[in-house]
Parts: sequence; structure tokens; C-alpha cells
Amino acid sequence: MKLTRHGLHSEMIEKIERISGEEISKCYQCGKCSAGCPVAQEMGTLPHRVVRHLQLGQDERAFEAEAVWFCTSCHTCESRCPKGFDLSRVMEALRAVLLRRGEAPVRPEDLPAELFAAAPQQAIVSCYRKYVS
Amino acid sequence: MKYGYYPGCTLHQQAEEFDVTTRESARALGIELEELDSWQCCGAVFPLATDAVINLAAPFRALAAAYEAGVELVTVCAGCLNVLRRTNNLVQNDDETRDKLVDFVEEDYAGEGRVHHLLELLRDEVGFESVSERTKRDLNGLRIAPYYGCLLLRPPDEMEFDDAEDPQILENMLAGIGAHPVSYPLRMDCCGAYLPIGELEERRNRAAVAVMRSASAAGAEAIVTSCPLCAHNLEQCAQDVPGAEMLPVLYFSQVLAYALGLDADSCGLEPDGLHAGVCEKIGIGEVK
Ligand code: SF4
Ligand code: SF4
Repeated sequence: MKLTRHGLHSEMIEKIERISGEEISKCYQCGKCSAGCPVAQEMGTLPHRVVRHLQLGQDERAFEAEAVWFCTSCHTCESRCPKGFDLSRVMEALRAVLLRRGEAPVRPEDLPAELFAAAPQQAIVSCYRKYVS
Repeated sequence: MKYGYYPGCTLHQQAEEFDVTTRESARALGIELEELDSWQCCGAVFPLATDAVINLAAPFRALAAAYEAGVELVTVCAGCLNVLRRTNNLVQNDDETRDKLVDFVEEDYAGEGRVHHLLELLRDEVGFESVSERTKRDLNGLRIAPYYGCLLLRPPDEMEFDDAEDPQILENMLAGIGAHPVSYPLRMDCCGAYLPIGELEERRNRAAVAVMRSASAAGAEAIVTSCPLCAHNLEQCAQDVPGAEMLPVLYFSQVLAYALGLDADSCGLEPDGLHAGVCEKIGIGEVK
């Protein structure tokens, strides 16, 4: 792969920075976030690698990472990051862009009816907020 | 002192025992909770996208309504606390967002109000010693694993709920009512939140299973939480790991209200079901 200065400053990365309020270059890739992430084992691409893709201008690879949807917004990464970088906001920005493009991973009509009887309202509302719109 | 109570949608529906035992505990301790006249679901998750201002309208409205009514807010749902408190911080510190919300909701509010968790009031206003003096029953050293999860504690600088690296508020409350708080490593780790509903579906929620195992390995006989989503995920572990040792999961207010004298049935304690072990230990079923 060829890295160019153009790639490093894509419009998409500026957009992610605007939505998240975080400066992508601030992360120095120590990996502490991934070390403590409670769902890292489900993610395929580790959280700090998602940031790395963005730093390298590979925004499509960041969007494709399963980690974007597996992140639970638990803020463990943010509370431990030595750089004060809020990765949970970057994950949210990636989700926001995908949801706004209409690429939602969950369709309410596919959710099983039993779920609405068994799950707390809090679970259903947060699922809609994170995965539907 | 009178407070505005914000139960949140889950306590009005699926987690009724959390609502009943919260109201009864507060009443027994002289904290007057009056539910807000009108409120909407807070949205369950605080929006982390800086431009998702519309998602702040509902919590803003609740905050403004409490201020208008001249009361400070109290809630017990960890999700509601997280959203309300962070929205209030944002309204205080971000003029641009506040102006948008003021225009949209048509309430002039600048974050003057306060949002409390009931446990904070017990610690700061009533005092755990005084809670202890008012108990009518002793929990007989029931070994309880306090589970904090994420929403009460993080982000630490916004939530300011106890010491985010080593919280003790649940432990202190439990010790005050005669239970034995069990220390275990995963008490502040995530339970998987909304993952099982959205992404995990057919997969095991390993995060919740790890928490359950951690509490069980430390010798706990029950887990208490302040979050309906945590409670749900932990209870689901039984389905995810057939044969796994399952601890009963209770809201902190259920054991508190029981200690303060509320009958077992109203506390949602089921001697013939899920809570058999807990009930036996604390004497439910013997003296009716
Ligand atoms: S902990 Fe912070 S600085 Fe380190 S890799 Fe993660 S986001 Fe980057
Ligand atoms: S907020 Fe997301 S990325 Fe960060 S630790 Fe939690 S699950 Fe992992």
C-alpha cells in the first residue's frame, strides 16, 4: 500500500474529527485501550488498530472493522488512555457516519418478539440508538 | 428534603421491583421522592457524536422541568443517571449546544439543577450509619458481590460518582445493612451492554459470563446492581453457559428495602424461585 499526504488528510477523517471532537493524530498507538477493552476478543480488529487505519488515511478499512459495532461505549479506553484520547467517541463517529448512510446493522422488524417481552426498555432503546438510527 | 424523582422507562415497565423498593427505601429513610409530572425516556445512552443534539432534547426537558419545579432530581437507573448527569454537564459547559436546546425545547435552562443517585443521598445526606440504625432486619452476613459496571462510574470526570478507580459506596451500604460485601476483580467491567441485542444475538455474551464467574469464584451468594441492562445481561448468562454457576441478581434497593422492613413479596424476593438460596439465608420463608 502506498501512503500519501493526501491520504492522511482525507475529508472523511476531518469529518470523523468533527463528529467525535477528537484529533485522530493524538493517539500514539500504545495499545492500552485494546488491552483493557472488555469486548476486544469479539472485535477482529482491535480498537487502537481502528484508529491506526484512520491515521493512515484508510478510512474504509476503519468503517469495515467489526469493532465499530462491537464497541459498547463503556469508556474504559477513554478513562485509561495516557493521551486523554476519547476512543469511544471515535467509534461513535464511525457508527454515526454508517447509520447516516443507511448502513444500519439491525432492522427492528428482524428483532424477535420475545425480546420485547424479556429485555428491559433500556436495552431496547440503547440498541435502537446504537444500531438503528 | 423533597426531590424530583425520575424513574425512567425501565422502572415503569420491566423493572418494577426496582421502582417499588427505591420508593419504599427512600420513604423509610425520610427522603421525599415525588415523581416529575411529566418526563420522557432519557434515550438510554448519552450521545457521543457532538452533532447529535436532538438526542439531548429529552434529558434536557427533564432537567429543565425539575428546575422549574424547584427540585433536585433523583434517579437510581445507572443509564438514566449517566445520561442526565452528562447532559447537565454539557448544558453547563457548551453554550452553543445549550442555545440550540433552549430554542428547541423552549425552556430556559442553563444547567443550574443537580442530579443525584439515591445511594449518593444515603451517603451524603442521610449517612450510612443512620441507614444502619434504621434497619429492621439483618441480612445475616449474606455474601453479596456489588456490581458497578460502566454507567455509574465512567467517564469519571463527568460522573463523579464515588472513586471511579475504587468505588466503595455499594460496599458501604451493604455492610451497613448487615450483608457481607464480597470483593472480586470484575466489579467495574462492562457486562456487554446492548451487544447481545444487536450484534451478538446468537453468540455468547462473554463479557457478562466473565463478570458472573468472577463474582461466583469470590464466593458471592448474590450480585447487586443499579442497572437494569446489567441485571438482564447477567441473568441471561444461564442461557449462554448451560450448567454455569448462576448467582441471583438483585437491585441494591431490593436488599435495602428488605433490611428496612418491607415485606419480601413487595421487595420482589422469590423464596420458591430464583432467590431461594438468598431467602433461606436471610430468613424469608421461616417467619411469615
Ligand atoms: S490508549 Fe490512547 S494513545 Fe494508546 S493506543 Fe489507545 S487511544 Fe491511542
Ligand atoms: S468504549 Fe468501546 S473501544 Fe473503548 S474499551 Fe469500551 S468497548 Fe472497547
